[in-house]
Amino acid sequence: MSDLQNSPSTAGQVTDEAPVAATAAANAPSAAATTGRTLLPQSTLLRHLVLLLLGAVAAVVILEITDPFTNSQLATLSFYAIAAGGLTVLTGMNGQISLGHGALMAVGAYTTALLLQEPDGALPLPLILLISVVMATVVGALVGVAAARLHGPYLAGATLALAVGLPGLAIYFHDFLGGEQGLRVRAPRAPESFESFIGLVSGANATSTKWLAYVGAICLLITYFLLANLVRSRIGRTWRAIRDQDVAAELAGINLGAWRVLAFVVSAAAAGLAGSVLALVVRLAAPSGFTLVLSLSLLTAIVIGGLGSLLGALLGSALLVFLPPWVTDRGIDFGLNNTEAAQLAPFVYGVVLIVAMIFAPGGFVGTVRLRWMTQKAKRAAAARAAAGSSGG
Amino acid sequence: MQQFVNVTLTGLTQGLIYAAFALALVLIWRSTRIVNFAQGSMAAATTFIALALIQAGYSYWLALVVSLASGFVLGAIIERVIIRPVEGGNELNAVIVALGLFVALQALIAIIFGSSFQSFPAPFGLEGFQIGGNRVAFTPNSLYIFGAVVVTMLLLVALFRFTRVGLAMRASAFSQEVSRLLGVKVGGMLTLGWGLAAVVGSLSGLLIAGGGFVYPAYMDSLIVFGFVAAIIGGLDSPIGAIVGGLILGLALSYISGYAPRGSALVTISALVILMVVLLVRPGGLFSSTTARRA
Amino acid sequence: MSRSSRRLVSVLAAATVVSTIAACGGGDSGGGGGGGGGGGENEASDIGVTEDSIKLGAHFPLTGVAAPGYSEIPTGVQAYFDYVNENGGIYDRQIEYIYRDDAYNPTNTSTVVNQLVLEDEVFAIVGGLGTPTHSAVLDFLNAEGVPDLFVSSGSLLWGEDPETNPYTFGWQTDYESEGKIIGEYIANEFPDAKVGLFLQDDDFGEDGEAGIREYIDDQIVAAERYTPGNTNVGPQIAALQAAGADFVVGFNVPSYTALSQLTALQLGYKPQWFYSNVGSDPNLVGSLLGRFSQGAVSDASLLDGALTTGYLPTVDMTDNPWIQQFQEIWDASGQEGELTNYRVYGMAMAYTTVQALQAAGQNPTRDGLVEAIEQVGADWEGPLFAPFRYSEESHMGTSGMTIERISGNGSEEVQPVRITDLGEDISEFDGEATTPPENGIPEEEAYEG
Repeated sequence: MSDLQNSPSTAGQVTDEAPVAATAAANAPSAAATTGRTLLPQSTLLRHLVLLLLGAVAAVVILEITDPFTNSQLATLSFYAIAAGGLTVLTGMNGQISLGHGALMAVGAYTTALLLQEPDGALPLPLILLISVVMATVVGALVGVAAARLHGPYLAGATLALAVGLPGLAIYFHDFLGGEQGLRVRAPRAPESFESFIGLVSGANATSTKWLAYVGAICLLITYFLLANLVRSRIGRTWRAIRDQDVAAELAGINLGAWRVLAFVVSAAAAGLAGSVLALVVRLAAPSGFTLVLSLSLLTAIVIGGLGSLLGALLGSALLVFLPPWVTDRGIDFGLNNTEAAQLAPFVYGVVLIVAMIFAPGGFVGTVRLRWMTQKAKRAAAARAAAGSSGG
Repeated sequence: MQQFVNVTLTGLTQGLIYAAFALALVLIWRSTRIVNFAQGSMAAATTFIALALIQAGYSYWLALVVSLASGFVLGAIIERVIIRPVEGGNELNAVIVALGLFVALQALIAIIFGSSFQSFPAPFGLEGFQIGGNRVAFTPNSLYIFGAVVVTMLLLVALFRFTRVGLAMRASAFSQEVSRLLGVKVGGMLTLGWGLAAVVGSLSGLLIAGGGFVYPAYMDSLIVFGFVAAIIGGLDSPIGAIVGGLILGLALSYISGYAPRGSALVTISALVILMVVLLVRPGGLFSSTTARRA
Repeated sequence: MSRSSRRLVSVLAAATVVSTIAACGGGDSGGGGGGGGGGGENEASDIGVTEDSIKLGAHFPLTGVAAPGYSEIPTGVQAYFDYVNENGGIYDRQIEYIYRDDAYNPTNTSTVVNQLVLEDEVFAIVGGLGTPTHSAVLDFLNAEGVPDLFVSSGSLLWGEDPETNPYTFGWQTDYESEGKIIGEYIANEFPDAKVGLFLQDDDFGEDGEAGIREYIDDQIVAAERYTPGNTNVGPQIAALQAAGADFVVGFNVPSYTALSQLTALQLGYKPQWFYSNVGSDPNLVGSLLGRFSQGAVSDASLLDGALTTGYLPTVDMTDNPWIQQFQEIWDASGQEGELTNYRVYGMAMAYTTVQALQAAGQNPTRDGLVEAIEQVGADWEGPLFAPFRYSEESHMGTSGMTIERISGNGSEEVQPVRITDLGEDISEFDGEATTPPENGIPEEEAYEG
């Protein structure tokens, strides 16, 4: 896993080389990110480390108390959530829309698939994941440079064309990339230490499904830890400044283009990792797995969950994974046949999107936060009123 | 030589179809500043209404009129009920609502009309015109599509340029506050904009369906190419939509016809063409204003 | 050397397992499936099997772009299983059939097959559809030891390597064998034809092309490929025309049969057409093209005179006893819609499935099922024209095809069934045409190992 731990260094190096102009941003007041109202430590890094640890414990508990199918669903959730987390940085923090992250996932997935074609002589898994991240980062940087000039619907259109165009290359280079049929992926087997770990924790069977769910969970935790730190850092603040006030940010000496590219690169890295996990979990990298639907689903996840929040990205991804089968099963319970129940799932999904956006425009996290703050304000007002009346 | 002519003509016909779809996107963009991803599903819905009429024995032209009328009603209702609450908010929310609509409508079509292939008749002949002893890939039906698209474009240009309603629609899209102060019924204009766009969308659905298959997802591939065509043209200009559609249709046809295994290169080529255009002109070919800062 | 010896060991191991289980099962449970078991009692002999039920699963595209046509297959399967259930089931077990939607996306296939295997706990997967989709679950099913029967795709992947994928079986004629039979026919009957190929750009087109080229490589003047989803095939058809091809073989799906016909009509291009089985479906394509003709196309049936292959009776053969049987079952099932060739496909596959379950014996196990198919599957008679190639060495499906000429909404046979296998020559099939058993339900003996 030590190689995995190094994966931030790619992102880290990029940030170190961030535009000189960025120093101007450093002069901006370091916003009071820490609210001090929680039981968690004051230091951002320390707080995130504690959360990471809690997340790891929660992941083990959840994976061990749920059945094998839920394990496999959680593995699916992990790659959606990793990609959605990256997209949160781009769209939520930096305000750039991307309808093409499925294509960047495809880059990660095909890299992994190619590296695992000879399972016997394959590289260690963490290295494979890392190389996939690097490949997606390179492609993401190219796309980012082109995208930095574009706004709103033009960026949407360009990334839409990316989502459809890039996977098409796999058909053109069919000898190398397997064509329509795709490249089958033989996921590396779990190391013995994993089996003994599972034996120690729950005594359950250390199946390959479980192993892949753990790989997904580990990647998810590391990604969110890194992204959370990034978002709270000077870099994150600069991104938000560009999103909210690009003219002011530019006047403050921030090179908008370079920072936009950086946001694209970071989110591409996450998409690459997500694609790599997808290839392992699905056991295949094929063009039909990276349709427009995938890219659009990711965007849906981050908006429904609550734009700009990593927790929101996670919750939105959970909706993607758990809602359709739930609806299908309820449909069958109500006496629909399998076909009708299958058609019901996208219908309900679409309606949920519409209703959620109308009644909870802030997404799940945004709406809950708003409620909480409204109530706090009400309480404060009530307290003031009480104080005022008693005083009078 | 004959192959060149045919590749060109099939590209032209395909380009007209992209243009028809792009026109509807442009119209909705002009009137509400929303990219309507549900366009394809909405058009599919009205096309299925037309198909039901045709299968019941009514004429193509009656079905066309009913389909366009139901498109207007559908567009207006959707704007009032679903789009209105998210207008003016975060633009992404409108995108997600449109996506939700796209998915839900398509599923609804499958539930109501079934998901099998059905053929949709063309009102005119499907055999190519005879030129110098050879048939070329341009049919009476292609001519009909060409005419319908051009007339629609001219009507839209006239609407926006010469009528008060068109002006009011543009004003409402540009600045609701100012328009309201000037006495424009902004709400009504937005509804009208969606209604009209859905009419154009319905027309594009019928044109695309004519002499081909329909099934609930038959518009899916056009969402991408239609959108790309609209953006190449500048998203704000009806003429741009037509030019963008034709450029895209022709270029993709040449690539498909002349590059080795060219059909597999079509989607990536659309991306390359779009990027080249946007790198030269970030607002598309027919953008009237330079990129504004919000 | 080591390969074959390893094989031997695994086969011996499997055989041991089966015979042990057969012994546990209580000996002779000979009787057929229709009316119920013989000697012993029904037991919950493996995952997905209870005393009175047996659970099967499948994945199909029920929504999205691939849904038209393909989504009808499982309704045919369902109709046939319902019929078997009404007539007593298999060894008094009712078949529970669960099919789930993957929208033809391998990511979804992986999810729904996980659900079928891990949550629904099916005994076997039957008829999962699609090459890219099903290859996503190939390793999983074989690693879990879940029988993966009768994949709905003609790819070579399912049957050519039973050592790697011991639980997976093909069903329909593979695309390469089909290409060979077509190639041989052209070489014999149209030796002077200049042949153009119209191919889907994936394994379907590739395997078909490889088969054809074994026989008429020198006759081929052009090979044009289309990518599914790209509806403008004008450039491809124009290129075939420009290359002077007067005989076009299409390895394409039905919607592209219609597109190629319409484009050829535009261009006034009239070669002899030959569509592979997947793309022909004269009933579907013919009625689609017929509909366009209302006031538009003068020629009522564009497909008239086109050649195609067959391995299964089609709905237009109204005097075929299998079709009559299936029509009865479909009408009685009360499901919406007409009997289509997709539904016939589903019912025929369900028929083979019932044969396999009967052969697996009164108390079937997953390994026993695989063993039974390998040992006796090649002898089964059913709606298919030619027998399966099942054995320990091969899990390939049926081996032969007829060649038919389409006329109207039907077809007439122009070459009787010929059979072949990978790396083998083509030969005449000397078997007789089969008729369905009295009540339409097979009665296979249990294979005792």
